[in-house]
Amino acid sequence: MTRYLIRRLLSAFTIILMVSLVTFLIFFAVPSNPAVLACGKACNPGRILEIKHSLGLDKSLFTQYFEFLKGIFAGRTIGDGPLAVQCPAPCLGISFHDDSNVFDTLMNRLPADISLAAGAAVAFLITGVGLGILAAVRKGKLVDKLAVGLAMVGISLPIYFLALVLQYAFVDKWQLLPTPNYSPITQGFGQWFQGLLLPWASLTIGFLAYYTRLTRSSMLETLGEDFIRTARAKGLGQRTLVFKHALRAAITPIVTIFGMDFATLVGGSAVITESVFGIPGIGQLAVQAVENVDLPVIMATTLFAAVAVVLANVVVDVVYGIIDPRVRLA
Amino acid sequence: MAIEISPQTVPVSPPSTFLEVRDLKVHFPTEDGLVKSVDGVSFSLEHGKTLGIVGESGSGKSVTSLALLGLHKGTRAKVSGEIWLDGDELVALDEREMRPLRGNKVSMIFQDPLSALHPFFTVGAQIAEAYRVHHKVSKKEANVRAVDMLKRVGIPQPERRAKSYPHEFSGGMRQRAMIAMSLVCDPQLLIADEPTTALDVTVQAQILDLIRDLQEEFGSAVIIITHDLGVVAEIADDILVMYGGRRIEYGSVREVLKAPEHPYTWGLLQSMPHLGGDVNERLNPIPGSPPSLINLPSGCAFNPRCAFKGQVPDGRCMSERPELLPVLDSDRHIAACHLSGESKIEIRKAAK
Repeated sequence: MTRYLIRRLLSAFTIILMVSLVTFLIFFAVPSNPAVLACGKACNPGRILEIKHSLGLDKSLFTQYFEFLKGIFAGRTIGDGPLAVQCPAPCLGISFHDDSNVFDTLMNRLPADISLAAGAAVAFLITGVGLGILAAVRKGKLVDKLAVGLAMVGISLPIYFLALVLQYAFVDKWQLLPTPNYSPITQGFGQWFQGLLLPWASLTIGFLAYYTRLTRSSMLETLGEDFIRTARAKGLGQRTLVFKHALRAAITPIVTIFGMDFATLVGGSAVITESVFGIPGIGQLAVQAVENVDLPVIMATTLFAAVAVVLANVVVDVVYGIIDPRVRLA
Repeated sequence: MAIEISPQTVPVSPPSTFLEVRDLKVHFPTEDGLVKSVDGVSFSLEHGKTLGIVGESGSGKSVTSLALLGLHKGTRAKVSGEIWLDGDELVALDEREMRPLRGNKVSMIFQDPLSALHPFFTVGAQIAEAYRVHHKVSKKEANVRAVDMLKRVGIPQPERRAKSYPHEFSGGMRQRAMIAMSLVCDPQLLIADEPTTALDVTVQAQILDLIRDLQEEFGSAVIIITHDLGVVAEIADDILVMYGGRRIEYGSVREVLKAPEHPYTWGLLQSMPHLGGDVNERLNPIPGSPPSLINLPSGCAFNPRCAFKGQVPDGRCMSERPELLPVLDSDRHIAACHLSGESKIEIRKAAK
């Protein structure tokens, strides 16, 4: 198990390294010049060269990439002369756009990001799996048809539309909630919860549909297995049959998908929800970085997303090993 | 003719026999039509006795046994007829009333233990669970019972093996574990659905011995479902031959195997190799394939595959369904075939 984990983490490290290299190369392959952008209106070739130098863009690609990597593990000094800035490890660079420390920005954004992702994940996992089980057990009945129909509607609604409708309905029309405004959990649980309620709801409705369908089909498949017939033949009640015997076996595909969904949510895929409700998450950060041609922030957000996905995969594999004794982690 | 009971027997009375199945029908409505998997099957069984149900795939053997456990309840299957077990009628019971009997008074050994055991739970836990459903005991006591059962069915190091998962067992050991699970509540009726089909011959013999020993020990009635007449000859007291969801021959093993009455039973016997037989002699398989259960051939369901239908006058095999009639000079032997007694004797002579 320990050996397996070490091996998995080593390969995860390689993957992340490759992702960073590719992101880096793509940035320079795109015809855009951050120095020109930073230069503004009163610009001349000399000024551009200066800016290029201060951003480190005048060095060779190899040197720049190496510097970037070195910064992560050992920290580095960015710029030279009186403008030099110390960037301690783990250093992801200094934003081209606003000169802030990128690692600090990322860390500042993390609580909001994780709050949004984790809350929504818990909600759609519980409701989606619950509805899916119900639909599978009552296959062909009204509950099943309702759940499947609802799932269809949920899948068909784009999240930006859904988020705006929720916002309109609960805040503007019925005035049940104040305008969602993210406040960190450190400033009070109630406010934090209230601020995230609608964002969670819109993500949940979007994902719920998917999880209901996934759980339903996985449960239906499992309920047709021989070992379920054996369990019935033992005289087990419906509840034990469904929740202990069937769910345990049906949960494996859900675990895989959930791991990936949670990782991409944390990694910034909730950007639309973040934008609609003004949550300072990592998705928004990434989009802004691309707009600003801000290499250090692009690198940081991409790497963050990659780390989230790779780690989630390792966790999913370990969970698999716990759920299914036939999976040997070696 | 007392054995054939018509469906109109309205004043139902509990029979004196331990298990009595009367005119059992299991029909599945499908888009293509009504699949009559079991169509009017009757048999009876006493404590300590073994019935072998024989037939090809799709002849209704397994569907019959699932009906005895009430496992068709809650599915789209339509079950009718009567199943009397120890004075109780089971067909009319609902799922909730049936549950206390399952795994307790009636239990079942399934065909393929690898898919019939839950892959994610240890063997010991699964056996203990089967015990705890019907007995108010602590987990610990149930585990002790599970280990004890594993020992009884001849699994070495039962304490350790109880903590293993089904996939860590060999095929024979897995079937033993399955048997241990089905016997954990001392069932009075044990149904074994092709218990040895997935096993190699030496293990097969061990498993059959085991079932027989345990039967003697517990005095259970056993129904063994198989397509292997060798197994039936070895272990059963009675034999029921099914074809297309119906009985075609029924009687004691001694009578039926000594003087089979139905050409289908002859076919089953001839398609089996004999230890003392001529090595160069070819086996005689039954031509054709099992009939569609939606549209059984008219007349005798076996007629498209029967080599002797020409010997029955007026084409009765094609037009008239043969009734189950008592065989002359026999105790309880009945068979459904239009062939006259004389022609059967001649055919049997010719075959020898």
